[in-house]
Amino acid sequence: MARTDNNPVLKVENVRKSFGDKEILKGLSLSVKKGEVKVIIGPSGGGKSTLLQCINFLVVPDEGEVWLEGRKINYAKKRELYAYRQQVGMIFQDFNLFDHLTALENVQIGLVRVKKMDKVSAHERAAAELRRVGLAEHAGHYPAQLSGGQKQRVSIARALAMDPKVMLLDEPTSALDPELIGEVHAVIKDLVANGMTMLMATHQIGFASVLADEIIFMEDGCIVEQGPPTQILLNAQCTRTKEFCAKITHLSADS
Amino acid sequence: MEELVYIQHEVLPSLFQGLWISVLLIIPSASLGLVIGILMGAARVFAGRPVMMAANIYVALFRGIPLVVQLFIWYFGLPYFGIYFSPFLASVVAFSLCSGAYHSEYIRGALLSIKKGQMLAAEALGFGRLEMLRSIVLPQALRRALPGCGNELIYLIKYSSLAYMVTCIELTGKGKILASHSFKYTEIFLIVGAFYLVLVSLAGLLLRHMENRLSLPGFEFHRT
Repeated sequence: MARTDNNPVLKVENVRKSFGDKEILKGLSLSVKKGEVKVIIGPSGGGKSTLLQCINFLVVPDEGEVWLEGRKINYAKKRELYAYRQQVGMIFQDFNLFDHLTALENVQIGLVRVKKMDKVSAHERAAAELRRVGLAEHAGHYPAQLSGGQKQRVSIARALAMDPKVMLLDEPTSALDPELIGEVHAVIKDLVANGMTMLMATHQIGFASVLADEIIFMEDGCIVEQGPPTQILLNAQCTRTKEFCAKITHLSADS
Repeated sequence: MEELVYIQHEVLPSLFQGLWISVLLIIPSASLGLVIGILMGAARVFAGRPVMMAANIYVALFRGIPLVVQLFIWYFGLPYFGIYFSPFLASVVAFSLCSGAYHSEYIRGALLSIKKGQMLAAEALGFGRLEMLRSIVLPQALRRALPGCGNELIYLIKYSSLAYMVTCIELTGKGKILASHSFKYTEIFLIVGAFYLVLVSLAGLLLRHMENRLSLPGFEFHRT
């Protein structure tokens, strides 16, 4: 047992990606163990989103390998890719709910269409996930009728319904106004308390420092520094990390 | 008086026969045209390069050549290669392919209007491309394409009148025959026109009804 616990759930090795002649990811490696929460911080344009999207091959990396529970993912095989993606929950900055479906249907559709679950069980499961994120009474509402925070919670429920082994969160609260951030943070905290494995990009430094087992500072497609929150936020080795953390902490203190 | 009797006993029964043929032309052409349009529209947005090119060429041809010429090719041209279409079949083929080319343009536009993020989200959930197209992209795109596709249906109702050029005697054909027998061009073509107007109005009502039924929050058709 101890051996499996030490093995990472998700391992990323030497991922490179260029768009045109601009190199976005310059050979990044990282790994996340079961129940661990790693938070990626760093300036916009530093490659955080691209990294997360490379991990489930929404952006196909030019080079590099991704391993889930010790198995290397062969993304060229469609079946294997689709099966892998079901096990990796993805939360996007701008929610990306399906506009023509109600909150409940948004959660349900992956179960029915991808997992081929029967409609009754899928409906029950979807309703349970919506309750979990506190949106039971909004089940029948369409995305156009929900607030940003509610949309993001639906999208979290949608990801959870698939029973992911790890979740990738790409700035889950960046598109929300300050009053709505709290409700989404509460849901994420709850997930962490329940042992969800997570890799999250965010600018919410205070939130990150409470949750994270490790903070990764990323800039220009490279990991500059990584370590426990106290080390990165208070005692960073690299001056650039210090600068960034000082600025971002100052900003979040203001708001 | 004599005229009314003639119209009641000769013209109307004959025109109703023609109307029936027109309806029989329009219904399969409209359905096939829509199916072709969806396939071609999707191919032009999502398919790999060779299929996309083929679909583009299809649209360029069938939108670029006058419909009468297309009809003539199907009916008078193909026998040269040993392929014989009945006037009715030639008409349905020509109308469906032409209508499909126009539909594909409306559908292409609608597909392009679907936000990329939703497709990323579907892929992230493990959707395959076809499944994503079927359950996420098309239901939204078709809602957005409906006003345009409805317009195409209304065109189709009217260009179905070209079928008589290849001796498929539908409403306009019947009118033409009656008129050249009786020389009552004005009366007969006014009635023919009224028939088309009724067909188009019915189609308009049907489309409006569909728009209302398919309307969802976020997909309303705003009428001013």
